[in-house]
Amino acid sequence: MEIDPLIFRFSIFILSIFVGYYVVWSVTPSLHTPLMSVTNAISSVIIVGAIIAGLSGNSESVFNISSLFGFIAIALAAINIFGGFLVTQRMLAMYKKKKKDKK
Amino acid sequence: MISSNLSAIFYLVSGVLFILALRGLSSPETSRQGNFFGILGMIIAVTVTFLSVGNFSTGLIYVLLFILIGGSIGAFIAYKIPMTAMPELVAGFHSLVGLAAVFVAISAFLNPEAFNLGTQGNIKLGSLIEMSIGAAVGAITFSGSIIAFLKLQGIMSGSPITFKGQHPLNAIILISIVVLIYYLCSTQSSNLFWMLLAVSFLIGFLLIIPIGGADMPVVISMLNSYSGWAAAGIGFTLENTALIITGALVGSSGAILSYIMCKGMNRSFFNVILGGFGATDETSSASKKEQRPVKSGNADDAAFLMKNASSVIIVPGYGMAVAQAQHALREMVDTLKKNDIKVSYAIHPVAGRMPGHMNVLLAEANVPYDEVFELEEINNDFANADVAFVIGANDVTNPVAKTDPQSPIYGMPVLDVEKCKSVLFVKRSLSPGYAGIDNDLFYKENTLMLFADAKKMTEDITKNL
Repeated sequence: MEIDPLIFRFSIFILSIFVGYYVVWSVTPSLHTPLMSVTNAISSVIIVGAIIAGLSGNSESVFNISSLFGFIAIALAAINIFGGFLVTQRMLAMYKKKKKDKK
Repeated sequence: MISSNLSAIFYLVSGVLFILALRGLSSPETSRQGNFFGILGMIIAVTVTFLSVGNFSTGLIYVLLFILIGGSIGAFIAYKIPMTAMPELVAGFHSLVGLAAVFVAISAFLNPEAFNLGTQGNIKLGSLIEMSIGAAVGAITFSGSIIAFLKLQGIMSGSPITFKGQHPLNAIILISIVVLIYYLCSTQSSNLFWMLLAVSFLIGFLLIIPIGGADMPVVISMLNSYSGWAAAGIGFTLENTALIITGALVGSSGAILSYIMCKGMNRSFFNVILGGFGATDETSSASKKEQRPVKSGNADDAAFLMKNASSVIIVPGYGMAVAQAQHALREMVDTLKKNDIKVSYAIHPVAGRMPGHMNVLLAEANVPYDEVFELEEINNDFANADVAFVIGANDVTNPVAKTDPQSPIYGMPVLDVEKCKSVLFVKRSLSPGYAGIDNDLFYKENTLMLFADAKKMTEDITKNL
């Protein structure tokens, strides 16, 4: 019997939880705030679903109820993607090492 | 138009790049590179989606337009936001992820053909289950984050809102969500879908209102986790690997952060979620409410003590963020260092309103990150330090957590500030911290209270040094 593709996706999901578990434990506590803002940005990869929805209209009518929800979702996710990555960048740029002023 | 196999491989690549983005955060040196990987992963995912849909009609212009609108708003916020407002910002961003998940689920429900999920009223069962879970978690994330945002912003009172029958009500709503999903899947009725969304929005709201302001680190981490699970749910619906991987990463990341925060307060996750902390725990403090003598001093005394010290440990807390005192603090430390005094910073895991909050503020004030230490790293050094300078922290320094089993914070890991030769405690008044308990440290022989605004006091001390 053939294996349902859902099982494969589920395997990816479970393995990714474990990857996430080990990767996040290795994050230094001082970077926990940037961790939250960057996870925010990457979870907005949900924009791919929004784009599919937004492009679902045909050439006569770009807008239907479904694509409208898609467009709003695109804008929301885009706020997050740009905002999340840029604010992370801004924070990370502030973390500096001690200047080598010791003998 | 590219084949679905090829696009699946590209989605996998972007998923791996997201893993590397988180991996980079293991040290500040590699973190900037990690962020770059994250951006790259996002660009790949979005580009591949365009190519795989392959519909370059007028719709595309609108898609780009909305990306542009959202992107400019996001970029504007990212540049304008002060670092002290980071918890609010993150809560606000979580609500957007949640809402986006809900909207994607709605459009998939209304137009399943576009997503290859069957036809309206006849959506594949598996997809419908995934979709409704994604939508429900997304809705909870949205309304929960809105409440968290309002509480952090101070628009809504940070004190817990509790009422009779709260827990049974929440339990009934949670059960009804499961029941609704079950009937939705067997009837495909759109009315049930809307009801499911409405009920999920409601429960998100009800779950967060009983949680007090100082428990926000747990709440934000928890909502972070939820936004991940919502994304993963949608990822299953769309059969998109990038989304599944990312959702799982973010979900476990948020869960770990919540765990760390709960451990920092020695409370179980359920204890925090059920809420109402600080409102009822008056038993142990009420008994010893009698006036005890405290020593208070001014900036001059503080400067004198510090000038004669050889090592100083600074303990910042949420009060420092409120008073925006991080820059003034850094100037004070600069002066101390000029006098050959060794200065380090001690950060409690739950200091501030979100994980790592204090570290970001200190980094903003140009404090090198290798002078900033976590609780376990520095706690033994207090015994050898001359002065502990507590600025805006309270409960996390309370020795009662180690000595009084009756205390609500008993067992919570605290900074051993009282072991220092002398303690300078900057605070506006003697009022207890959010846990509602008196801090024994105020009355210790070697404690000098500095009653003032944190920023002003720090500036005055600098002048006197």
